[in-house]
Amino acid sequence: MSYYPHTDTERAEMLAAVGAKSIDELFADVPSRVRFPKLNLAGPLSELETLQELRGLSDANGHAQKRPFFLGAGAYNHFSPGLVNYLIQRGEFLTAYTPYQPEVSQGTLQTIFEYQSMICALTGMEAANASHYDGATALAEAVVMAYHHHREKRKKVVLSPAIHPHYRAVVRTYMQGLGLTIVGDEDPRASLDDLVRQVDANTALLAVQSPNFFGQIEPLDGLAAKVHAAGALLAVAVDPVSLGLLKPPGQYGADIVTGEGQPLGLPLSYGGPYLGFFATRKEYVRKMAGRLVGEAHDKNGRRGFVLTLSTREQHIKRDKATSNICTNQGLMAIAATIHLATLGKHGLRRVAELCWHKSHYAAQAIAEIPGYSVDVSQPFFKEFMVKCPKPVAALNDFLLNERGLVGGYDLGRDYPHLAGHMLIAVTEMNTRAEINDLVEALRAAA
Amino acid sequence: MLEPLIYDYSRPGRQGISLPEPDVPETALPADLLRTDLDLPEVDQLTVIRHYTRLSQLNFSIDTRMYPLGSCTMKYNPRLNEDTARLPGFALSHPMQDPDTAQGNLELMYQLQEWLKEIGGFAGVSLQPAAGAHGELTGVLMMRAYHRDRGDLKRTKVLIPNSAHGTNPATASMAGLEVVELPSDARGNIDLAALKAVCDDTVVGLMITNPNTLGLFEEHIEEVVQTVHACGGLIYGDGANMNAIVGVVRPGDLGFDVLHYNLHKTFSTPHGGGGPGSGPVGVSARLADFLPGPVVGLLEPGQGGRPPHYGFVTPPKSIGRMKSFWGNFGMLVRAYTYMRVHGASGLRGNSENAVLNANYLLSKLRAHYHIPYDRVCKHEFVMEGVWPEVPGVHALDISKRLMDYSFHPPTNYFPLIVHEALMIEPTETESRETLDVFADVLIKIAEEAHTQPELLQTAPHTAPIARLDEVSAAKQLVLCCRPIPAWAEAR
Repeated sequence: MSYYPHTDTERAEMLAAVGAKSIDELFADVPSRVRFPKLNLAGPLSELETLQELRGLSDANGHAQKRPFFLGAGAYNHFSPGLVNYLIQRGEFLTAYTPYQPEVSQGTLQTIFEYQSMICALTGMEAANASHYDGATALAEAVVMAYHHHREKRKKVVLSPAIHPHYRAVVRTYMQGLGLTIVGDEDPRASLDDLVRQVDANTALLAVQSPNFFGQIEPLDGLAAKVHAAGALLAVAVDPVSLGLLKPPGQYGADIVTGEGQPLGLPLSYGGPYLGFFATRKEYVRKMAGRLVGEAHDKNGRRGFVLTLSTREQHIKRDKATSNICTNQGLMAIAATIHLATLGKHGLRRVAELCWHKSHYAAQAIAEIPGYSVDVSQPFFKEFMVKCPKPVAALNDFLLNERGLVGGYDLGRDYPHLAGHMLIAVTEMNTRAEINDLVEALRAAA
Repeated sequence: MLEPLIYDYSRPGRQGISLPEPDVPETALPADLLRTDLDLPEVDQLTVIRHYTRLSQLNFSIDTRMYPLGSCTMKYNPRLNEDTARLPGFALSHPMQDPDTAQGNLELMYQLQEWLKEIGGFAGVSLQPAAGAHGELTGVLMMRAYHRDRGDLKRTKVLIPNSAHGTNPATASMAGLEVVELPSDARGNIDLAALKAVCDDTVVGLMITNPNTLGLFEEHIEEVVQTVHACGGLIYGDGANMNAIVGVVRPGDLGFDVLHYNLHKTFSTPHGGGGPGSGPVGVSARLADFLPGPVVGLLEPGQGGRPPHYGFVTPPKSIGRMKSFWGNFGMLVRAYTYMRVHGASGLRGNSENAVLNANYLLSKLRAHYHIPYDRVCKHEFVMEGVWPEVPGVHALDISKRLMDYSFHPPTNYFPLIVHEALMIEPTETESRETLDVFADVLIKIAEEAHTQPELLQTAPHTAPIARLDEVSAAKQLVLCCRPIPAWAEAR
């Protein structure tokens, strides 16, 4: 079926008004050799049949409601209050365009302004944009911003190897045309000190992640001063839930804070749509990418909101724009705003505490199983590294097939020196009983 | 003030949600790592609901009225697509789980790749890009990589018509390439002579939107493609306007080497007030090895009752990852649903009716507005929002006056090659009655412009708020409503 309302009679009358004899006549400028190809597609189906087919595909998947889940690695199973999903399905949010016409877009504009304010509060920064595609592309845009901040003169970027492998890969893809050298992660074991040693007068940016990909909180106090001494900028990618508990990067001197907003009320959805957040200091705001909402007033002095500083953007500046970004993740930012408003200051802290206590409970229990050891060389949040007595893939097969549990991430896939190490995520969604089952299953598998 | 800020409702001690006590023994928190403040609002749940419901009501949306925003394809967003995207196997599956436990997702992605190949006439598709501009960057990086792979290092120029979307030149710059702007001819096509003059062995390729941003099908498209290919360049298609040509012509058949789809336009995934979108790219055979990876491959076809087995595969010369995980998967489910409902006949019907609707509107407005490039249009057309006899009225005033009549304004001041441009795209899902009312309103506004211009210049009169002072907003920047925290003041 289709959703257009035209009847054959109407179509005929409209064609007559246009002065065309047939629909085909409207396409006479399309080269006849390729006009009206026969497309080999499935369907059409009724809505009912389509839903049945999609249910079948959905049912073919395992998912986080079917079984206890201990997998994170950049996407996390968190609780989202029901009202988030209801509110973002209101047609007025769902079916609106980018708010170019502020008089009829105040709903989206004010919500994004509130989002920007909450992201600033969480990260300890002064200005946040309206979103990027995800945590990876937000970090890539941080690199682009640092490059432009230094007027394209500094050609080196230092990336910690403990940043999510996908993020580092995306940074490399984005930068391939700009002639930047990306260093730091060629040594997968590089420490913060090793990274700082690589920061020099040709370095635009040092980027780290906290908690890092291994869930560890590295000692970042004092790092900014060392990076700034070389004239470079410091970017920190964060898990927003951790900021319910932990010191914000603004407080220890970060110039750019980015992150994956999925933990703020967005479903796992097999990796997207997620939410890249990006915050910086006010002095860099004219160099940042993306949409920005600012406060404004009308002729009657009434407060409203508009898209502002659009002279940075592609539709005005074209080839001189700070980025090509146009459509971003608007509705995901709205969802995160409603999520944060509902949780509030106590709720986000509570979620972070639950993650802290439960992950530490799990880590301690796993550390007591003979053959397993947990890396406690640094504090961790929500996720931790376990050295296992058997290959991780084999353990995960056992957990899934024998015990109905989804185990952690196999770090050997990205870090050869960490073969046999499993990255286990524990959130507020995991009950004590589930954790105990995981511990028992790991014991049995050893 | 239309609606207070969420922070204005905050009262110490209020809570929007209750969360469980820890069911495990507690572990001491790391005192030296803890934050001292957390400046989030404290609000009860009903207040949250009312606040965001009231805010939503300040928005214009497709669900309420016609949204004739050119180049944006604001068509009906079927709710079935929302339901399918929320099925638990899709919405609650984890991107890093073993692909063998996500075969439903992989099958859906594989099918969608196949359908997008078929619709565009391409050899390969990647679903990774998250939006149109993201797809553009993907495509241009692939074109660059293709030439470099052949040892052809002197190609640095990207040719872009002056009617192009701003994302095209911005993308070329992000890829480290040089933009060469091409003029348009008197009929709105690329100026062929100018194209021929710049085509040489330094050209990476041409970025072309077809139908272009005037809503016109490029009349010399075959010659344009041949000219660029003859100098060794590639053709990038900006698929923003695919809604005019699904089932009508396949860009791959015209010789395009790469094209991004906007699933949030052509295949009706909702715009959400600025995303999420989805911008898959289709490519010709010579670019297939350069696609961003991984893509979904059919590892073993199903046979003898055994289902097919799908897995992730990275093309041999891939430009790399464009995004974490696999793409905006939830939007892929919506687009799959939409395509399954329509089938080939329905999708072609969409394009036919979208083009009919645009031409019908054009026929009604021609006598009242100047149409600078007046020929049969595709899914949209561009008119001038200005009359020589009333120089004080502008396209912006017409746009704002439309709000008083409950229509969203068209895209205005774009494309740049039309003076005071108003770009109108009705889409196929608007009925003839709605189009008639819209045309009547535009005709009435044209009259008002001549008789009561101040009505337009001071519009809107009935919107939630009057025109906002954007210049002051950019000068006295207020991007955040929170005070500076104590630790920052102390620094």
